[in-house]
Amino acid sequence: MELAAAAALAKYLGAGLACLGMGLAAMGVGNIFGNFLSGALRNPSAADGQFGRAFIGAALAEGLGIFAFVVALILLFVVK
Amino acid sequence: MAAGNAIDPMHQFEISKIAEFKLFGFDLSFTNSSLWMVIAVSVVSFITIFGTSSRAMVPGRLQSLAEMSYEFVANILTGVTGKEGMRFFPLVFSLFMFVLAANMLGLLPGSFTVTSHIIVTAAFAVLVILTVIVAGVINHGTHFLHLFVPSGLPALLLPFIVMIEVISFISRPISLALRLFGNMLAGHVALKLFGAFTVGLLGAGAASVFAPFPLITAVALTALEFLVAFLQAYVFTILTCVYLNDALHPGH
Repeated sequence: MELAAAAALAKYLGAGLACLGMGLAAMGVGNIFGNFLSGALRNPSAADGQFGRAFIGAALAEGLGIFAFVVALILLFVVK
Repeated sequence: MAAGNAIDPMHQFEISKIAEFKLFGFDLSFTNSSLWMVIAVSVVSFITIFGTSSRAMVPGRLQSLAEMSYEFVANILTGVTGKEGMRFFPLVFSLFMFVLAANMLGLLPGSFTVTSHIIVTAAFAVLVILTVIVAGVINHGTHFLHLFVPSGLPALLLPFIVMIEVISFISRPISLALRLFGNMLAGHVALKLFGAFTVGLLGAGAASVFAPFPLITAVALTALEFLVAFLQAYVFTILTCVYLNDALHPGH
């Protein structure tokens, strides 16, 4: 019983720790859009052409945060 | 969390059978997921068929909607892959419209979000990546493999770079599927949690004065979810175009 309780504790701790990755991905996405905006304010005429690229970068950075979310989900719902 | 009134945010993703149907030992039952897929396809078909049937010089609302969605996807596709990418327009347009319709319909209260199931998004991602591989091999033959071998590399670095390129290619369908699935799942779980907080606070005696705060958050989150629903369809489409571009123009 002791071991099962420790395993459950470790499971929830691991899921919580995995959520740190989501915060780090948020920093990455914020970094991309912050830099996009500062560049766009300097040269607004070039901003529209780079809009798609900003979203590709944000999607790639966000995807890694989703991986962390999936790790948390696996720990919560898949690992017995 | 008390065991008696535990919040169950995952209940909304449960698949229930509407009509049982078995074929050759496979379970092909018509489920609530299938129902909402059919509804999404009907909405897209309605917009595109009836929107383009009148072909007025001054478009009405439905016709503008159909024309705007056509031009939106065509602009993304030609912007990323160039003119020759328009060969893939039917695939990309269908993917965009279906994902957008499924995401938006999932925000209706009581509905079912088709794209919140990883099997659905994984099927899309596999379809996209198989199209990339097949089209790349048909168009360029073995030259398609130059995708994994950038030119002008020192021989010492070559094995490592090839390994990294292969891993990055394999992780594309995985991340494509997980991004859409994760965004939809996380958004709907958050909405459900704040809704449950509101209900829980209302039944908590004096603490019920705080009940409007999670309600306001839930309303704001719903607005955000509409943005996310559109944005994820957009991101899915633009990444599909980027990957298709590799099939059309391999080699760096």
